[in-house]
Amino acid sequence: MKRFAALFSRLALFLLLGLCTAARAQLSIEITGGGANLFPIAVLHFAGEDQLPASITDIVEADLQRSGRFRLQYSGGVGAPPTEASQVNFTEWRNRSADALVIGTILRLPDGRFEVRFRLLDVLRQTQLLGLGFTLSAAQLRLTGHKIADAIYEKLTGERGVFSTRIAYVVKQNGRFELRIADADGQGSQTALASREPIISPSWSPDGTRLAYVSFENKKAVVYQHSLATGQRQVVANFRGSNSAPAWSPDGRQLAVVLSRDGGSQLFLTNADGSNVRRLAQSQSIDTEPFFSPDGQSIYFTSDRGGSPQIYRMAVSGGEPQRITFEGSYNVSPRVSSDGKTLAYIARNGTRFQLASMDLASRQVQVLTDTQRDESPSFAPNGRMILYATDLGGRGVLAAVSADGRVRHRLTVQAADVREPAWGPYTDK
Amino acid sequence: MKKTLLAVFAAAFLWACSGDPPKDDGKAGVEDRTAGKPGADAAKSVPVTPQKVAPVTVGPTGKPGPSPLRDPKNILSKRSIFYDYDSDVIKDEYRPLLQAHAKYLADNPNARMLVQGNTDERGGREYNLALGQRRAEAAKRVLLLMGAREVQIESVSLGEEKPRCEEKTEGCYGQNRRSDLLHSGEF
Repeated sequence: MKRFAALFSRLALFLLLGLCTAARAQLSIEITGGGANLFPIAVLHFAGEDQLPASITDIVEADLQRSGRFRLQYSGGVGAPPTEASQVNFTEWRNRSADALVIGTILRLPDGRFEVRFRLLDVLRQTQLLGLGFTLSAAQLRLTGHKIADAIYEKLTGERGVFSTRIAYVVKQNGRFELRIADADGQGSQTALASREPIISPSWSPDGTRLAYVSFENKKAVVYQHSLATGQRQVVANFRGSNSAPAWSPDGRQLAVVLSRDGGSQLFLTNADGSNVRRLAQSQSIDTEPFFSPDGQSIYFTSDRGGSPQIYRMAVSGGEPQRITFEGSYNVSPRVSSDGKTLAYIARNGTRFQLASMDLASRQVQVLTDTQRDESPSFAPNGRMILYATDLGGRGVLAAVSADGRVRHRLTVQAADVREPAWGPYTDK
Repeated sequence: MKKTLLAVFAAAFLWACSGDPPKDDGKAGVEDRTAGKPGADAAKSVPVTPQKVAPVTVGPTGKPGPSPLRDPKNILSKRSIFYDYDSDVIKDEYRPLLQAHAKYLADNPNARMLVQGNTDERGGREYNLALGQRRAEAAKRVLLLMGAREVQIESVSLGEEKPRCEEKTEGCYGQNRRSDLLHSGEF
């Protein structure tokens, strides 16, 4: 009887864990547009994976799926998972229409850590494309899964993956504001700052170690920079009036900020420690939301100098700003992809605020979403996806859309009201 | 009775703490605070250097007493001015209110004010922060024209971050497009 009870409780626990996994795995991915050319791939359960507290191949599959560039083929019903290419029945995988196959093994090390080895196989050529190993503690399971997905993504697409990068966002819950850091899929969040007053405009330092942001903890907008590993904070700009909209220069040495200390919201440059504040531009209008071009030579910003808020670009060295957006009467929040070719911004269409992108060479504009209240776009470091905040049933949620508008998904952040996302940089070169 | 006294004393204590310490410490008793006419002595208390936040200053009303700023019958207790959508124009109906606050600041050179501009939630957060700033600065400009001094007023923006009303209705948006006037001790 006792044994039965123990068995039963274990079974209940197992079911509960299963439910949790299912809840975590729920992800709404929408792939629109015909002729989607998805790469068919199968990720087999790694041999010995049951030793891990959670499935690592689930993480790899979810990452690849979310990118919108792969079709995950059914990988079950194969009996004992193969651990070597020689054990793979390639004919069967070809019949299952998988062009690539991922196999792997998990080994428990004497010190309690784990070793994961995996291989990416070309099913048609019956060759190995990639073989890698990682050593990890149980706590590094998610990150390791993301790194495996990154390696697969890079091998098959020729571009760097962003699954192991991090995002920052702000949660408003029970009258509190929290600046959180999470994996790029919104999971595994950690609170970097909690406050009773609003926090907005987080901006990642180019090396991914620090965030600059605006906090209202002193009853007004003050710009801080915050070292994530140590929690050490430093005031960057706290002048009379409002201090806001920090943006890092690509070399990480300077911040562009908006100060109203001399009247009006105007663009300034400061060293990252807040020293050497100097004016970047002078106008009678609102100038805000500076964003450096990847080469550090120009600054994109929002200004209403023409009568309505539009996006402009000017040289950091000075000179006449050039207007970039012309369609519509409200275009704000410019962000530029890391190759400098695409501008993402928020455009008002009637009463809707929608994420739009512009090809900076052709000036061709594309509205990327069909939501009502999009805000705060930021590019993934590889430029493929754009993360943004939007509204779902009166609640702030995070969503991502591919730069071509074809793939969309929502991030599963379990919190009341989520806003102000910022996609972090690659952290290892 | 005891309770009332305690409450009065507590209120007086809080009041005393809320501003700079009064110069005439010796003669200012609890009873004086209720007897004093608000703002009566204000014109006389001219500080030596207005720029300094000097320890020799008296409280905002000069003589202790119930603050006109919190007297619901006094126009000074009204602190909000509202704006039209995407506008920082100060409507005529708020002129008397701003006039009263400007006079208070002019009469009390050591008094300070924080003007907080706000916007409704529509649009980008940073652009709204700038719009709120413009609203606060417009209110400050009017106060300066009406006799307040530059050093007395800081204008800041809360953008769309601190809505008074959280529903997505036109009525709510109108409530949130405003500037609030905060006096010394309130910020």
